[in-house]
Amino acid sequence: MARLNADNVALAERIIARYPKPRSALIPLCHLAQEQDGWLSEEAMAHIAELIDCTPAQVLGTASFYEMFKLHPVGRYCVNVCTNISCQLLGGEELLEHAEETLGVRSGGTTEDGMFTLEDVECVAACTEAPAVQVNYRYFHRLDTEAFDELISALRAGELEDSVPPHGTLAKVRQELDGDRVANITAPQDQSKPVWIERAEAAARSGGDDS
Amino acid sequence: MSDAPKTTDAPKTDAPKTDAPNTGESPKPIEITDPVEINVDGEQLTVQNGELLIDACERNGTYIPRFCYHPRMNPVGMCRMCLVEVDSGRGPALQPSCMIPVSADMSVDTTSDAVAKVQDGVLEFLLANHPLDCPVCDKGGECPLQDQTYAYGPGESRFVEEKRHYAKPISLSETVYMDRERCILCDRCTRFADEVAGDPLIHFINRGSSTEVNTFPDQPFSSYFSGNTVQICPVGALTAKPFRFKARPWDLTVKESTCTRCSVGCRITVESSRDEVLRYQGVDSDSVNWSWLCDKGRFGFEAYNSPQRLREPLVRDAEGELAPVRWSEALGLAADQIRRAIESRGPASVAVIGGARSTNEGAYAWAKLAKTVIGTDNCDAQLGDGLPAEAVLGLSGLTIDELCAPGGTVLWLGPDPLEELPVLQLRLRHAVINDGVRIVEVGSRVTGLRDLVAQRIAARPGETPGVLRQLFETAPASGDTGLATAAALLREAGDDLRVVVGRPNLAESEDVVLESISVLRSSVPGARFMTALGRANVRGAIEAGLAPGLAPGGVSLSNAAVSDAWSTVPAETGSGSAGILEAAAAGRIDVLVLLGADPISDFPDRSLARRALAATPTVISVAPLLDASAAEARIVLASAAFGEVDGTTTNLEGRVTAVTQKVNPPGTARPDWSIASELAVRIDPAVELGRSAAALAEEMWSLSDAYAELAERPESPSGPEGVLCSAGHALELPATPDVELPAPDSYSLRLVIARKLYDGGTLLAASDSSAGLADDAVALLNPADAAPLGVQNATRVKLTSANGNVTLPARADDSVQRGVVVVHHNLAGADARSLVAAGDTVCDVRAEVA
Ligand code: SF4
Ligand code: SF4
Ligand code: FES
Ligand code: FES
Repeated sequence: MARLNADNVALAERIIARYPKPRSALIPLCHLAQEQDGWLSEEAMAHIAELIDCTPAQVLGTASFYEMFKLHPVGRYCVNVCTNISCQLLGGEELLEHAEETLGVRSGGTTEDGMFTLEDVECVAACTEAPAVQVNYRYFHRLDTEAFDELISALRAGELEDSVPPHGTLAKVRQELDGDRVANITAPQDQSKPVWIERAEAAARSGGDDS
Repeated sequence: MSDAPKTTDAPKTDAPKTDAPNTGESPKPIEITDPVEINVDGEQLTVQNGELLIDACERNGTYIPRFCYHPRMNPVGMCRMCLVEVDSGRGPALQPSCMIPVSADMSVDTTSDAVAKVQDGVLEFLLANHPLDCPVCDKGGECPLQDQTYAYGPGESRFVEEKRHYAKPISLSETVYMDRERCILCDRCTRFADEVAGDPLIHFINRGSSTEVNTFPDQPFSSYFSGNTVQICPVGALTAKPFRFKARPWDLTVKESTCTRCSVGCRITVESSRDEVLRYQGVDSDSVNWSWLCDKGRFGFEAYNSPQRLREPLVRDAEGELAPVRWSEALGLAADQIRRAIESRGPASVAVIGGARSTNEGAYAWAKLAKTVIGTDNCDAQLGDGLPAEAVLGLSGLTIDELCAPGGTVLWLGPDPLEELPVLQLRLRHAVINDGVRIVEVGSRVTGLRDLVAQRIAARPGETPGVLRQLFETAPASGDTGLATAAALLREAGDDLRVVVGRPNLAESEDVVLESISVLRSSVPGARFMTALGRANVRGAIEAGLAPGLAPGGVSLSNAAVSDAWSTVPAETGSGSAGILEAAAAGRIDVLVLLGADPISDFPDRSLARRALAATPTVISVAPLLDASAAEARIVLASAAFGEVDGTTTNLEGRVTAVTQKVNPPGTARPDWSIASELAVRIDPAVELGRSAAALAEEMWSLSDAYAELAERPESPSGPEGVLCSAGHALELPATPDVELPAPDSYSLRLVIARKLYDGGTLLAASDSSAGLADDAVALLNPADAAPLGVQNATRVKLTSANGNVTLPARADDSVQRGVVVVHHNLAGADARSLVAAGDTVCDVRAEVA
């Protein structure tokens, strides 16, 4: 949809400063853009390329490798129904079919109101709780069709706002480290000791004097 | 059984050694400094410790099949075709030979059953998604995938499922097309774009079996080097517009030659079918181009095939129109005019400009015609955009290899290498990134060296000598200003400084460059120089004698050892192009020969060039295409072009390499040397100038000791490395001029006229696939200068100098230094040369919104 807004540019600059090479911030910045728009647009990728001094093709090359970066607009909720072996044996495919009917879209589609994008996915590592569904990567276990419908209406009613934030949200709290707690930002070829190791060594040395 | 190590097996005599296919990609030459013994297929080999196994094997006659490995790029191990069994003491294991550095006592089997099986498997896998459309594929017949499938692959496919389908082909740029179904994801094109060219505009997109090579939407692969990806793609995925569907590879016949679109002199093959040149490919010359070409060079043949080519001589008829005539008539008229000019006003009323686009033989024939037959010294291969001949020959002392030698320091005062000497830019890029070379650049705007320089010092036109004085004489010893950093780098280099000089700005006089050279020579006596002038054979033409005051072999006319061939030389010293054109404009020249030169398009003072041509009664243009100056000429002699003549050319290092005739010239066009030779007998029937290019070469090589090797082995320029000659080193450099730099006034901007790779040049305009690549002219200003003028993007501004004015769109650009305005040469929309007067040191202009 758009380039990063002013707040996010400021944040992007702080993120870039955490790495010895600006380009290392590529993936974090893709997340940031996806958090802003809910998906990763061409404009955003071009903007990221400017910020980290590489070409848009390089950003696209990396972003398109990862399933979790959506290069097309998606709904507020990405509903992933697992159809891999364990879930399939316990009704995953039927659940997907039901989901398609309930939401009125084929797998891969987005509902007209922009609320839901439905996807069938491979094993999401919840085989013991099959059939498993993820909504914006939050797990919902052992769903039958009824439980699925309840989940959808709860989402529609906004009852799960707290536990399932909109697609793209990385975290509700952004952690900011103080300068002296940040891992040392040096290029790989000129590694130095992180400050806390030096601190610890200094403490050990002075401790050694005491004994 | 198990205690019998494999290495003691008798050599497998029945296992056939694979001949290296003719891909032109052989391992780069190395010197063995740290020898180790390895065993390959039962044979004991001595190889360089740490070199890649795939190279060590190939160097010793065992070719290992491969797709992704390219000797001029870093290995990536993408394709797995090069798997061989390697035993380093822990038993044999399959390893990719392109990723394994050899070490002592390694034992390698390249033909075992396991290797054969894995090769078969890799190919089956690569072909699973391949469309198998060889019959309609441009690569068919020279395709590594096809060839290796025949040699090592399964006879039949087990894959019956539906394959991937993509639109085919899509265009990645104006010139390069992509068929994604054929791509085997070897990472060669993408690696080239990133690693070698520094234009990572193509990339792997998506993942797994949907991975494809593509650009960002609407951001084409517009790289000056894009054609190289087509050459190195091991399948038919990448094709180039100028060659698509033109011929099957087996219909092409091939000769090696040298690109003459700029003075780098890249080695190429010229490939033709049915007497038409259809393709050039890069040849790996270790000292020059490492197999790379720029697109302007690679697709340059289009111009010579164009319907605009001159097929016969033209003479202006009674109505004033250029009309075709027979050669005898055109030559007769030309000789008549020359003879009459000599008789009425003396030989100095005849002048020759050009020759830098000819072969050495062509230039030599013309030099001899002018200086011994006609008797005029008014000859100049340069067009007022070069340096004095004495400097070009006397200064040069650096090869590209020496310039790029690891760990060195380069002071760049030359033109933008990316725009004018593209493959030199690639060599410098490699030198900086891989070999720790540090570049200090002094100039008025950011060039293609942008990301490569260790330090850039801004200097407005005319200020470079002053900046150099500061750097070498007064710069603070420490501190973190750019000047201090640069000074420290240069001091560290000491006497081992490599300097590149040239004419980065057509609106700045050569005197400024000469002053810079003299500052450098007194500050760093050991500094070695490369003169980076753009035109392909400018050095060769000067060495052949096409410069005022010089005889062939880089000796001054007064010192010319009188040989039989040069028994008479002009009594009075002539002038260079500027002097010739001034004399012509003043009516003192009767016959002006333009030997492949187009002063109206190229001479920095356009108005002088126009006046000169208008005032000269007989202008004779020797040209393959009707350029702007030829269109004004009285006689136009159609000349054979590149690929249509045999001979030699000399690059900016002084390296003499062969150029070869592959096809016949169109119509009755003929080589420059033969035109000179025909004119000579018509002027003086007693003269015999040379019967063939080879005879002329033989004569030229006999004139100076610098050519001893060429004289002894005339075939030596045919090798990819050619022969390095250094004629003219003894020439005395021109005296340092007294440069008067006008004080800049705060309302003016100083003009820079720089060149672009793609401009409105006659050859480019006649090339289908390049003609559209030239931008329109824009005035580029520093944002701080643009803002007060109210320049938004594309605001039209009027630039006014003491000599004229031009109006063109302007753009703020922070790569331009403050107080400077940059306009590129020969782009549509505005010709900044109308602001320039020959002889001015710099050109100050006022800018106002039009
Ligand atoms: S297009 Fe050709 S060079 Fe590029 S990755 Fe595919 S096969 Fe390799
Ligand atoms: S760099 Fe010069 S010589 Fe080499 S291919 Fe390009 S134009 Fe030809
Ligand atoms: S198969 Fe569905 S979570 Fe593993
Ligand atoms: S050539 Fe070695 S893996 Fe491709």
